[in-house]
Amino acid sequence: MAAALPLDTGGPYVVAAYLVFVALILLYVAIMAGKLSRIERELGELTELAARTRSERPEEL
Amino acid sequence: MSGAPRTRTVVLALLRKEARVELRTFESIPAMTLFSVTTYVLFHFGLQEDSLTGKLASGVLWVTLLFAAVLGINRLFVADDEQGGFDAFLLSAADRTALLWGKALALLAYLVAVEIVTVPAFALLLLGVGIGQALPGLLAVLALADLGVAAIGTLVGALAVRTRARDLLGPLLSLPLLVPVVIAAARASTPLLSAPAAALPARWLLIMALYDLVFAVIAFALFDFLLED
Amino acid sequence: MYGKRLRALALMTAAGLTATLALVFFWAPNDATLGFLQKIFYIHVPLAIVTLCGFVAGGLMAIMHLRTRNPRWDVRSYVAIHISLVFGVGVLITGSIWAKGAWGHWWVWDEPTLVSFLLVMLLYATYQPLRFAIEDPERQARAASVFAITAGVFVPINFAIVRLSTEVVHPRTLDNISGNLPGRMQVVFWLALASVALLWVTLWRYEMASKHARAQLRALRRLLGGEDDEPLRRSAAPSISQAGGGH
Repeated sequence: MAAALPLDTGGPYVVAAYLVFVALILLYVAIMAGKLSRIERELGELTELAARTRSERPEEL
Repeated sequence: MSGAPRTRTVVLALLRKEARVELRTFESIPAMTLFSVTTYVLFHFGLQEDSLTGKLASGVLWVTLLFAAVLGINRLFVADDEQGGFDAFLLSAADRTALLWGKALALLAYLVAVEIVTVPAFALLLLGVGIGQALPGLLAVLALADLGVAAIGTLVGALAVRTRARDLLGPLLSLPLLVPVVIAAARASTPLLSAPAAALPARWLLIMALYDLVFAVIAFALFDFLLED
Repeated sequence: MYGKRLRALALMTAAGLTATLALVFFWAPNDATLGFLQKIFYIHVPLAIVTLCGFVAGGLMAIMHLRTRNPRWDVRSYVAIHISLVFGVGVLITGSIWAKGAWGHWWVWDEPTLVSFLLVMLLYATYQPLRFAIEDPERQARAASVFAITAGVFVPINFAIVRLSTEVVHPRTLDNISGNLPGRMQVVFWLALASVALLWVTLWRYEMASKHARAQLRALRRLLGGEDDEPLRRSAAPSISQAGGGH
């Protein structure tokens, strides 16, 4: 296997840089997850709304 | 030809209107000039220097001009927006490019007028070398810089004027776009303003000319879209 | 439909990035002069290239918007710029880390990529405030497109000019070594570039799919006769109208 991270030269900086990259991606995923759960919630509400409308006015649907 | 007036006639009419408004209200040129001279004084105290040469001189000159230009850009379309000038123009059958030409030339005229006072003021207050030998080269740099500011400033002015935060967005939009102009202008003038004066580096003039050309074309292509409503 | 090829894209991105990381740390040789620190290059430079291309892509989409007047192109442009902004933050931070490691300071003016990125980010930081400052959605989209095109042209030109103005006194800037790379490093670099580009595209589609879904939900809600649960607020983000249907 290749050398372990040389902690005395550039090691920590390289790790930090790649960690920043990963962190940004994960942050983005988290924000999108929030949007997704909101979509899920809205979809649930709309399904409810559709079911209610259907039971109230069956001839229109 | 339908009743549409020729573009050149429209541009001249617009310029005459700008001149009349400016002479009556003194909104732009005196403000820009006064601001520049005051900024030179500020730099004197801020940098704690009596005279500047080379890089410092170049930097102070160009940064001050840049900020004065931003003041001018901010005011460029405000009167039109507030008093319905845009609608009046659009209702007329004139070619919309004429407004771009008119405003850009007006801004150019303001810049030249301001520089006629402030560049000698700079030479008097802060410049450590005689401005005589630097002048021809400096004039070339000033000309190219003014063209770039005029093109970008007109586009950004039109973009920012019909927004809610126009006084903030104007500078915020124009300053980054004008940084390359400052880079090139400062690089070009530094040898001119140095203690043993050196020759004008032609490559920076070329870069400025190309930059001006590109953004003039962009302004031309996009200006129409900003006028619609 | 933006979600269709999303899974394949995401898998390819994941594979590419994983392979890149593996190769960077286990296969690419250490640079002779810069040592281990040079490995930042494999993430910083691809991020920079992809971000610049992303901004330019946003400008191209804005051109399409002005030509076709189709609001979908405005949304595409918005998302492209949005994602590039996020990547751009990554460029600045990784570049700063590199500067600290190589020069000892968290910021250096000697790195042309870093400097031109600072300018580009300062410019694009005004994109959202500009949009937010215009209420009428059509005018907002048009102004945003004009901005995106102007800024998209500015990006490569500014990059070139800043490069020209950076003193080539210190020969070890990140940009200088990206010129001629020995064999193995080249392979890893290109793989890294491809992977980051894939990541950009994946995230772009991801966000487009999300916006599209929300717009469809709103239309559905209206069809079912419910009231809009959120009153229409002034917003800096465009939304896909239902005037078109699918992709």
